[in-house]
Amino acid sequence: MLVLSRKKDESIMIGDQIELKILSIDGDQVKLGIVAPKNIKIYRSEVYESIQKQNQESLNVSKSLIEQLLKKNL
Amino acid sequence: MNIETKFLGEVTIEEKEIIQFQNGLPGFEDITEFVILPLEIDSPFAILQSVKQREIGFVLALPFLFKKDYAFELSDEDKEELKIKSSENLLTYSIVTLKEPFSNSTLNLQAPVLINHKLKIAKQLVLQDSNTYPLRFPIEGSNF
Repeated sequence: MLVLSRKKDESIMIGDQIELKILSIDGDQVKLGIVAPKNIKIYRSEVYESIQKQNQESLNVSKSLIEQLLKKNL
Repeated sequence: MNIETKFLGEVTIEEKEIIQFQNGLPGFEDITEFVILPLEIDSPFAILQSVKQREIGFVLALPFLFKKDYAFELSDEDKEELKIKSSENLLTYSIVTLKEPFSNSTLNLQAPVLINHKLKIAKQLVLQDSNTYPLRFPIEGSNF
């Protein structure tokens, strides 16, 4: 992992289109500003990870649950 | 062609029914080819089955039947990725996490599965504002 030190109002560039700026530092909380092309999706890691986990969990299905599902017509 | 499915045994599908998830789904980034297999006529549920991997089969539900006012914005980039101009050819599903008993099951409203059913292009969209819709929306207590 590349490690860089930055102060408030300093930034880093990732490639030539993504800028990450330190907006404020308050105790253990850092506020970041991100400038990136619209097609770059930006998520808090825990959001994306929670979706990955939920997808994994949703594969855990017993045959009997599917049979119950088959009976659930509208 | 015939494929092995997680819940329905061997199923015959047509090549043109195959839906491409260019980037897979979160946690399953390498699995890009799926088909939708209906469970039964009039069932609000269906199976999203990987064409190549038998054990990868998600249960889907139509979210609007459970949350009538479910709505979200699609960005221009999402529309471009799905090659849609309006909502005309767009199908929206939620992945269901089934639990025993059935009433403990939940729908993932935070990351809907969007399908351009005409061009067979799809993606699981992670809604940016994660507070709007929950990852685990209870089926029980909804209108079902």
